Amino acid sequence: MARVALDRVRKVYRNGFEAVKPASFEIADGEFLVLVGPSGCGKSTLLRMVAGLEDITEGSLSINGREVNGVDPAERDIAMVFQNYALYPHMTVRRNIAYGLKNRGMAKDRIAAKVQEAARMLNLTEHLDRKPSQLSGGQRQRVAMGRAIVRDPALFLFDEPLSNLDAKLRNQMRIEVKALQRRLGVTSIYVTHDQVEAMTMADRIIVLNAGRIEQIGTPSEIYHSPASVFVASFMGAPPMNLMRGAIETGAVRLSDGTALMQAPAGRGGAVTLGIRPEDVHVGEGPADFDVALVEELGAHRLLHGEVAGQPFTAHVLKDSPLGPGRHRIGLPAGALSLFDPDTGVRL
Amino acid sequence: MKRAGFANPWLPVLLLLPQLTIICLFFYWPAWQAVRSSFFLEDPFGFGETFVGLQNYTRLLDSTQYMKNAWFTLWFSAVVTALSLGIALLLAVKADSVLRGARTYRTLLMWVYAVAPPVAGFIALIVFNQRWGPLTEFFAQFGWEIRIRLEYFDTAFAMIVASVWKQVPVNFIFFLSGLQSIPPAVREAAMIDNRSAVSRFWTVTFPLLAPTGFFLLIINITYSLFDTFGMIDTILRNNPGDQPVTLVYQVYLDGFRGQDIGGSSAQSVVLMVLVLALTVFQFRLVERRIHYT
Amino acid sequence: MAHIPTTSDRAPAPARLLAAGRRRAPRIRWGGLVDHLVLIAGALFMLAPSLMLLQMSTIPDEQIMRTGPSFQIGDRFLPNLDKALNESMSFSGETTGRNMFRNSMILGFGFAIGKIVIAMMAAYAIVYFRLRFAMLAFWLIFTTLLLPLEVRIVPSYEITQQLGLLNTWTGLIVPLIASATATFFFRQYFLSVPEELVEAARIDGAGPIRFFLDILVPLSRTMVAAMFIIMFVYGWNQYLWPTMISTEEGRFTLVQGIKQITQGLEGGHIPEFGRSNILAILAVLPPVLVVVFFQRWFVKGLTDTDK
Ligand SMILES: Nc1ncnc2c1ncn2[C@@H]1O[C@H](COP(=O)(O)OP(=O)(O)O)[C@@H](O)[C@H]1O
Ligand SMILES: [Mg+2]
Repeated sequence: MARVALDRVRKVYRNGFEAVKPASFEIADGEFLVLVGPSGCGKSTLLRMVAGLEDITEGSLSINGREVNGVDPAERDIAMVFQNYALYPHMTVRRNIAYGLKNRGMAKDRIAAKVQEAARMLNLTEHLDRKPSQLSGGQRQRVAMGRAIVRDPALFLFDEPLSNLDAKLRNQMRIEVKALQRRLGVTSIYVTHDQVEAMTMADRIIVLNAGRIEQIGTPSEIYHSPASVFVASFMGAPPMNLMRGAIETGAVRLSDGTALMQAPAGRGGAVTLGIRPEDVHVGEGPADFDVALVEELGAHRLLHGEVAGQPFTAHVLKDSPLGPGRHRIGLPAGALSLFDPDTGVRL
Repeated sequence: MKRAGFANPWLPVLLLLPQLTIICLFFYWPAWQAVRSSFFLEDPFGFGETFVGLQNYTRLLDSTQYMKNAWFTLWFSAVVTALSLGIALLLAVKADSVLRGARTYRTLLMWVYAVAPPVAGFIALIVFNQRWGPLTEFFAQFGWEIRIRLEYFDTAFAMIVASVWKQVPVNFIFFLSGLQSIPPAVREAAMIDNRSAVSRFWTVTFPLLAPTGFFLLIINITYSLFDTFGMIDTILRNNPGDQPVTLVYQVYLDGFRGQDIGGSSAQSVVLMVLVLALTVFQFRLVERRIHYT
Repeated sequence: MAHIPTTSDRAPAPARLLAAGRRRAPRIRWGGLVDHLVLIAGALFMLAPSLMLLQMSTIPDEQIMRTGPSFQIGDRFLPNLDKALNESMSFSGETTGRNMFRNSMILGFGFAIGKIVIAMMAAYAIVYFRLRFAMLAFWLIFTTLLLPLEVRIVPSYEITQQLGLLNTWTGLIVPLIASATATFFFRQYFLSVPEELVEAARIDGAGPIRFFLDILVPLSRTMVAAMFIIMFVYGWNQYLWPTMISTEEGRFTLVQGIKQITQGLEGGHIPEFGRSNILAILAVLPPVLVVVFFQRWFVKGLTDTDK
């Protein structure tokens, strides 16, 4: 299929705005890479440069070792699924799916066979002669997928393909898209602002913030060892607890002085402490947690309150008897993340 | 422009070529000619011309005929615009509020849009026929004996009636579509907040229609200036005498009948300036809605 | 204009609520009656003159000369229609209704088609290409919106004459196209087409010409229809320019012929109201029918684009 490599790829729009700062990474053959980040951080810009819809200002993009900076989108052997699907509204589903094949001069009977096969795979067979306006949101999404897969591209590009669906359908399509990609084994770049989508679908995640790559890693790495305060707070719901703290007299301490763990060598002064709500031991430990509110989520509960005068959330099991009031908590050393309070970078 | 536009260098030039050629040949060149000739005096037989500076313009100001027609054009435009906007607004509000027959009314009230101005003039000649015209008979009952093409004011009156008849439909179409684009939720909120339908109209509906109204104001003035030509020419039957004519008609008379190219060009330039001023005014009003890219 | 369908294309809830609220009308509303009276008066104001023309064409000219229009329906309609269609108003024998009708059709269709084709091409170039002189082309084209033909009528005539285009269809139609109304509307429309459509098409391997013909033109059907109606009516109704350019009687259009028609009412003999009225009706019938039958497109085209 395809290997993709970006070498210091940068994008400056004509108005002088630098939407993507020099970015370098590689995508392995068959890998599912997710680009995640808040709205406006440059995800689409990066994806569209890979597609050839946007000029690359600087740097080099290669697919299978060949530099494709100046190559037309149609010649890059890619397929793309857009957020609003971009189906041709005046064409039937059949013609929508077939359009790219027809433009390549494929024989009619082969086109028909490929369209049938894609339609079967996506449960669209009965809808082939409808117009997009006669389909539901989920079906339109599938047509967009169908248009991408019939082409047997070397690379799939997805730009927030599920964002226009309601929550339930989104969960279902998430699984379908991922399963389809697995089955076809096509290298994919998937853009989303939804961290759940990123976590559940990705082989590897790239977190983007204001045009800069914050971290590249597997979902587990990103979740458990966030490279920066930004990643820690962006990934995970509820997000990681972040608190002011300090390294003093050989220990990492909360701002009220509670010692949590032994200090790492060669560091002193202020730090930002981070811990995931589910890593907190509620019931015993050195710190005090003033719980103000209990949020019932069925399978588990969230306790919201303050630790050392700063907002804090902890995760407890559904049969936990704990309610509002003061509880003791433990913050295990292995689960603590330390960040530089000025740069936000992980220590 | 689209963000992912095609980069093909010669195709867009080819696509633009027909339009640009026609525009240069039949718009920019004539417009330039009009401006140029307005500073020259042309020999009536077409042999040579002399530069006369602003003389063609000062001649206009000194001409009582021209000034009289300028005044006529001014109040004619004002009356036609006010009447056709007012009547159309009334009809549109009513057509928007009736439950039954709304579509039939819409059709009956808009079809005159498609009637050519000379036909409106033709109809005016019949309804104001001096012997038996229905409107002549109607006004005779009030002691007003209408004699169009003989009495200055009567002719002007017939022109106004014909123009309003022709112009109400366009305004009606725009007002009605403006009314129908007011979100139902806004109307409901107004209905809850305000019990009086009349006060609701003036405080909610009317301000929401104001942009449409401003736009139509310009359209109507332009219409009264230019599109009434055929109607006036039909009513006057080639024979204006001392009857009222608009400035555009005067351009035509002096340029083609009088062979006074300089004077006619100066008049054209005056009209150009007038239309430009109107358009700039209009763009300033609607500039928020127009995006230049 | 939502051409990319979204998930929420159901009617919004408030509209349904309002519809339900409106259906409940328990008592007779006197205000409603007044509304209808106003509308009927308006409709009569619009309709009466044309009904009168029709009535006059059914009774003998001698009678009209004496008593004018009435409510009587006579039997002269068909003979008058025959006269209007087949008898010439002038000695040349070419100003028959039939002939003028044909000329009007040529003008209406020629103008509408020419204008739409040229406008779509220009708007496409401006919106969908990275063009060095895009700004200049845009201003060159859209400045023409500012000045109607009437203010540059004399020099326009002279140029058409110098090009030897008097009494030709080209000379009649092409100079009328030299204003960018349709180009402006198509540009606005193309800008409202979602960006992703051209991007999807490019990835699907469509070049500029294929995208235009396969996707943009079919997508603009409604817009083309609306433009066609507006431009057909505009072209058909032209008066001043045809009067100046087409001086050969064989090229007269119906609207232009109105002048001859009215002059026919003046002569020493009995004025031929029957025939004249039918010619006048013939001169308004095609544009009126187009506007009435394609009302929805026409209204949408007119009001969507002009703002
Ligand atoms: N054509 C453009 N010209 C200038 N700035 C742009 C253009 N397109 C996007 N941007 C800016 O670039 C940034 C990144 O945009 P985008 O890649 O679309 O973000 P995302 O997809 O992550 O939401 C945004 O701040 C956006 O405003
Ligand atoms: Mg985006």
